[in-house]
Amino acid sequence: MTYVLLILFTITFFYLAIANRLDSIINLLVFQGILLFGMAFIELRELHVVNLVFILLETIVFKTIAIPVFLRYVIRKNNLTRESEPFLSNFVSLIIITLMIVIVTFIISNAIHDTHVKNIFFVVALSTLFTGLYLIVSRRMIITHVMGFLVIENGVFILTLAVGNEMPALVNIGILLDIFVTALLLGIFVNKIGDVLKDMDVNKLRNLKD
Amino acid sequence: MIEAYLIAAFAMSGVLFFSRKKAVIYTLVILFLIGQCSLTVYEYQHLNLEEAGYFKADAFSVIFLSVLSLISLASAYHSYVFHTKRNGLVRNVAIYFSAWVMFIVAMSGVYLSSHIGLTWVFIELTTLCASALIYHNRNERSIEGTWKYIFVCSVSITLAFIGILFLSVAIQEAGSTDLYYGALLSHAPKLNPFWLKLAFIFIFTGYTCKAGLVPMFTAGVDAKDKAPSPASALFSSALMNVGFTGIFRFYEIIAQTTILPWANVIMLVAAVLSIFVAAVYMLKVNNAKRMLAYSSIEHMGIVLLGIVSGGIGAFGAILHLILHSFAKVSLFFQIGQVYRVYGSKSILDIGNYFKYNTTGAFVLILSFICVTGMPPSGMFISEFMIFRGVFQSHHVLILILVISLITMIIWAFGKNMFKMVFTAPADFDDRQVEKISAVESLSQFFFLALLVYLGLNPPAQLVSLIEEAIKNLPHEVWKRS
Repeated sequence: MTYVLLILFTITFFYLAIANRLDSIINLLVFQGILLFGMAFIELRELHVVNLVFILLETIVFKTIAIPVFLRYVIRKNNLTRESEPFLSNFVSLIIITLMIVIVTFIISNAIHDTHVKNIFFVVALSTLFTGLYLIVSRRMIITHVMGFLVIENGVFILTLAVGNEMPALVNIGILLDIFVTALLLGIFVNKIGDVLKDMDVNKLRNLKD
Repeated sequence: MIEAYLIAAFAMSGVLFFSRKKAVIYTLVILFLIGQCSLTVYEYQHLNLEEAGYFKADAFSVIFLSVLSLISLASAYHSYVFHTKRNGLVRNVAIYFSAWVMFIVAMSGVYLSSHIGLTWVFIELTTLCASALIYHNRNERSIEGTWKYIFVCSVSITLAFIGILFLSVAIQEAGSTDLYYGALLSHAPKLNPFWLKLAFIFIFTGYTCKAGLVPMFTAGVDAKDKAPSPASALFSSALMNVGFTGIFRFYEIIAQTTILPWANVIMLVAAVLSIFVAAVYMLKVNNAKRMLAYSSIEHMGIVLLGIVSGGIGAFGAILHLILHSFAKVSLFFQIGQVYRVYGSKSILDIGNYFKYNTTGAFVLILSFICVTGMPPSGMFISEFMIFRGVFQSHHVLILILVISLITMIIWAFGKNMFKMVFTAPADFDDRQVEKISAVESLSQFFFLALLVYLGLNPPAQLVSLIEEAIKNLPHEVWKRS
């Protein structure tokens, strides 16, 4: 069952690669949140109840409800255009994402031959990381950078699931990171940039250089 | 002690955030400084004592905790001067000091923590506090600097966390779930090299954003440029030591394993590239603060070179890090005064500084001599040790490359510095120049004197502390086979 969820999760990357509307990226983030909830629910049953509830709350309340609502609020408040304005065409993006996933799969499955870790978790987590990074470098708007960062966070979450049963402390630290950083990144900053700069475009952030 | 310190400091930071009276703010800051200094003395007297389960002060932590405490005293004074001259909103002053206190607490936490996860949490915390400090001026430029800093640091710190997860996979295979440095050191030879290599790459890349090394150095430069000078001084000294702490603690573990030569190659490449990048930017930079930031990148590269070569190089590296902190701090404090005189950080607008602030100009020249490692600067000694280490490890070609790059850096640095001090500025109206009291330069002279003293005649305690700090590194120099 977890594998099905993981594969569904991987499929969202292809959609992310060609999603040009901000709305559809947010919907994908919601979908990823639900998938993460499912995975955590299945994988982490042996954990202590308090820990488990904490993690489930994080995935469902934080990742699936709070952040998307907040992102929509930011978009509406700052009158952002609906397009995420990628630098590359959809076709090229799709090819790049596919190549990335294939290469990661190839390297990981060749390198790891032990029973402790589930290879598929590592493959999906690393692919998520690279997809997030790709999303950051290939889009022009600041808000898509934040979304790329959220995708990276999801990758970290999957990685914690792979080692989570043995080390609940680490899982909690990871969640701490999520809440802290995303709250700061989103909450204070995107709004401030919107107030001062009006137009949230990375090209506006080019004053500091040598 | 550490529990009391943490609780008190968190409480102080909270109160500072909401206080709107200047008297209250400064009293709390003085109280905090007293606490910080007593913590430092206490930890020095209780070396290797485990506290609160997650903290242990070893020689390495005590060295850098003392450096941090000394610097924070001066930084508090200069922040006070900065806010008095600026006369901004009390609210902003309160937020500044609240973040400042948290920042110092987080950095102390990084030095003292004995658990790799806790180190990471504190480093994350430094990002948050630092961004509040960078954002202090609340204009377009500072927003840009803060945004870039938060974003690059968050991504890097996430990478470091992924590295820690890989490390935890490795340690689980070795039959343990302990992520304390002590346990990791003892289990190190049994760890799976593949996971360890992955962990090293991610953790090293992640922490370079704080240490100011290639590849993630960019964020730090903008931060040092946009933050108020007393905060920039902390960024380019204590915060870089924090990043280095993260790398060094993990390198100690790597040093016990078979992948050490591999890791050394990676660090060597990062070190040489850092010096190269610093040289390139130093030649074209036009902003005094950014110039100092690039010079910090160069010195971190030199330090990394020393650590990689091992033996005497490692000793020199730690010494260099201490001395560099003092030199860079005095430069940044002085640049704060320069900015008050000229109202600009551009080197073209600054000139004839001798005429407007004689004491300050002396500080600039002396700290230039110190930071470029000319005798009698203590950094001459530490750099000499590092180069000897590199030479002994048979990296002669790299040594030649690095020394020629450093020569270019010294030339560019000197050209800009002497321009600022001696040559007349372009269109500068000097009728309303602020007179700067010589008292404000006292702390800089103190740091420079300390730098010369510690370099030329290091006290026996310091030498034994440094030797203790590098005891887990290989004692012989590393020779590439």
